[in-house]
Amino acid sequence: MDSVRSDGSDRRIPLALKILVAGGFGAGKTTLVSALSEVRPLQTEEVLTGAGIGTDDTSGVETKSTTTVAMDFGRITINEDLQVYLFGTPGQDRFWFLWDELAFGALGAVVLADTRRLADCFPSIDYFEQRGVPFVVGVNCFDGSRRFSLETVRQALDLDPDVPLLLCDARDRQSGKEVLIALVEHVARQRGEPVPAA
Amino acid sequence: MRADSPGASHQWLDDDAGPVVRPYTLTGGRVRSTHRFDLVAYVLAEPDADLSGHLDLQPEHRRLVALATRPVPVAELASDLDLAVGVVRVLLGDLLGRGLITVHQPRPVTNLPDNDILKAVVDGLRAL
Repeated sequence: MDSVRSDGSDRRIPLALKILVAGGFGAGKTTLVSALSEVRPLQTEEVLTGAGIGTDDTSGVETKSTTTVAMDFGRITINEDLQVYLFGTPGQDRFWFLWDELAFGALGAVVLADTRRLADCFPSIDYFEQRGVPFVVGVNCFDGSRRFSLETVRQALDLDPDVPLLLCDARDRQSGKEVLIALVEHVARQRGEPVPAA
Repeated sequence: MRADSPGASHQWLDDDAGPVVRPYTLTGGRVRSTHRFDLVAYVLAEPDADLSGHLDLQPEHRRLVALATRPVPVAELASDLDLAVGVVRVLLGDLLGRGLITVHQPRPVTNLPDNDILKAVVDGLRAL
C-alpha cells in the first residue's frame, strides 16, 4: 500500500451526481464533455445483444454477434465528498433504450442545439419533457453558424417559458460551466429552494 | 431455432453501431449480472480482500479489485479496463457474490440530503 492516508478518509463514499449531455449528432456533446472534464475524456461502451434489445433469451450468446455503442463521460470533482459525472448520450435515435439507464437518477440534462439543424434536438427535448427530467438548452455557437435571437430559437423549439435557454460555446470550459450552473440553478428552483445568486 | 448470422440488413449492425465484437467471452457467455450496478454506483474493495483462494477468477477480476482500493464508479472502472459496461457488471457481480467488494448505489436525486448540495455544486462550478 502506498497510500499516505491511514485514517480511512480515502475510503469514504462520495455523493455522485449524474448530468446528461444530449442533442443531435454533431451538436457538440463530446466537445462539451471534454471541455468540462477534469480527466481525459473517458469512454465506455454498452453492448447491444439480443438481451439488450428486449428479449431475455441469453442462450447461444456465444454464437450471437453483438455490437457496442460508445458513451462519452467526464468527471468534475466539486470536493472530496461530491462528484459530478457528465454522460454524453448516444446520438442515434434507435439507441433510446440506453437513455433510460442514463436518465435513471440523473440530476438533469443539457440539450445542445445547433441552429443549422435545430430539429435534431427535438427528440432530446421530448424525451426529457416526457420523463420529467429537468433540462436546459444550450445553443452551441459554431463558427460561421447563423445567429438567431434566443427568442426565435425558443419559439422554434416551443420551449416552456421556465426552461433556461442560453448561448454557449461547447469548446470553451468557462462557457460550459455557465451552462451547468444554469442547469443546477434550474433544478434548485424547481425544488422550490433557489440557489442564491453569487 | 437456427442461429441467424446477422446479414448486411441487420438493423443493429452498421457503421454507426461500431464494430461487431464478442465481448462476453470473458464472462463465459453470461450477459446478466447478479446485481444491478448503476453507472455511478461506487465500488470499493474490502480492505482485507484476499484473492489468493479464488484461483478461478480472471485477471480482469483482479484488476477491478486493485482499482477499487478507493471508491470508483462503475463507468470509470469500465473505462479503465477498456471493457464494455455490461461485461464489467457481470465481473463485479462475481466479486460481490464472493464478498470481495462492496457496492454503494447512488442516492436517488429525489432524496438528496438538502439543497445545500446543489448550492455546493454551483459554488464549486463557479470556483473551477
